[in-house]
Amino acid sequence: MTDSHPLPSAPIAAPIEKVSIIVSKGSLEGIYPALIMANGARNEGIDANLFFTFFGMDAVHKGHHDHIKVAAVGNPGLHMPTIAGVLPGASGLVTKYMEKQIEKLDYPGIPEFIEMIHDTGAGLYACLASVEMFGMEREDLIDEIDDIITVGEFYEMAAGGQIIFT
Amino acid sequence: MPTKTFAGTTVDVNDEGFFEDPTQWTKEMAPEIAEEYGVPTPLTDRAWVVIDLMRSEYFDKGTGPTVRKISKLSDVTTKELFALFPKGPAKLAAMVAGIPKPKGCI
Repeated sequence: MTDSHPLPSAPIAAPIEKVSIIVSKGSLEGIYPALIMANGARNEGIDANLFFTFFGMDAVHKGHHDHIKVAAVGNPGLHMPTIAGVLPGASGLVTKYMEKQIEKLDYPGIPEFIEMIHDTGAGLYACLASVEMFGMEREDLIDEIDDIITVGEFYEMAAGGQIIFT
Repeated sequence: MPTKTFAGTTVDVNDEGFFEDPTQWTKEMAPEIAEEYGVPTPLTDRAWVVIDLMRSEYFDKGTGPTVRKISKLSDVTTKELFALFPKGPAKLAAMVAGIPKPKGCI
């Protein structure tokens, strides 16, 4: 190799002005970081949209959003033997522990966090395909949901910003 | 170190514009800082509730409160905070209150 192909110089970093965050998982570790990112964006003056799809819909489902659990199986981050994760109550125990930590730090639980994010002016959207697949109605979803939208509408909304998939 | 002049007094700020030394701040500077960073003026009594809280928490705990903390420590709701300081309430309130940028993720 010669140095006839120098690396292109780094572009000047433009500040992020909008993020659209897709929440596709229904576990605590799938949902909570996305909420931190959306809330953090608004607090920095960045526009933010949250788009809930597939099992991420649990975060905005009236019957489920208060019972979000940590995945105990297939989660090497827990540093325990995989076999322990399948024991009855393992997920519940790990979830209890995480909830205690969240409470100790005075961080909000998922329902309160989503209400907070809604109040920051962020957009909250549910995925039409998921609503249909899971046989849900608008009434099954929390009031803070602004709309049920198609993937096309999501892309229109996300135009000009960053898309983050969790 | 960069400096800025508010209400006729020159103060030390960091690259983002946050005060390096909160003791250099005076109440008279607040409206000028607000204007410079796009915070709606004149500053209302409700904005002053937040500004006073930012300073008292900073001098008490060493860092200004986050949006969630502000709404927990005062009767100013998240919605109202975003109306008072639209582009990032904790950040802008800290700016107007002459304290460093609050640390905290939530």
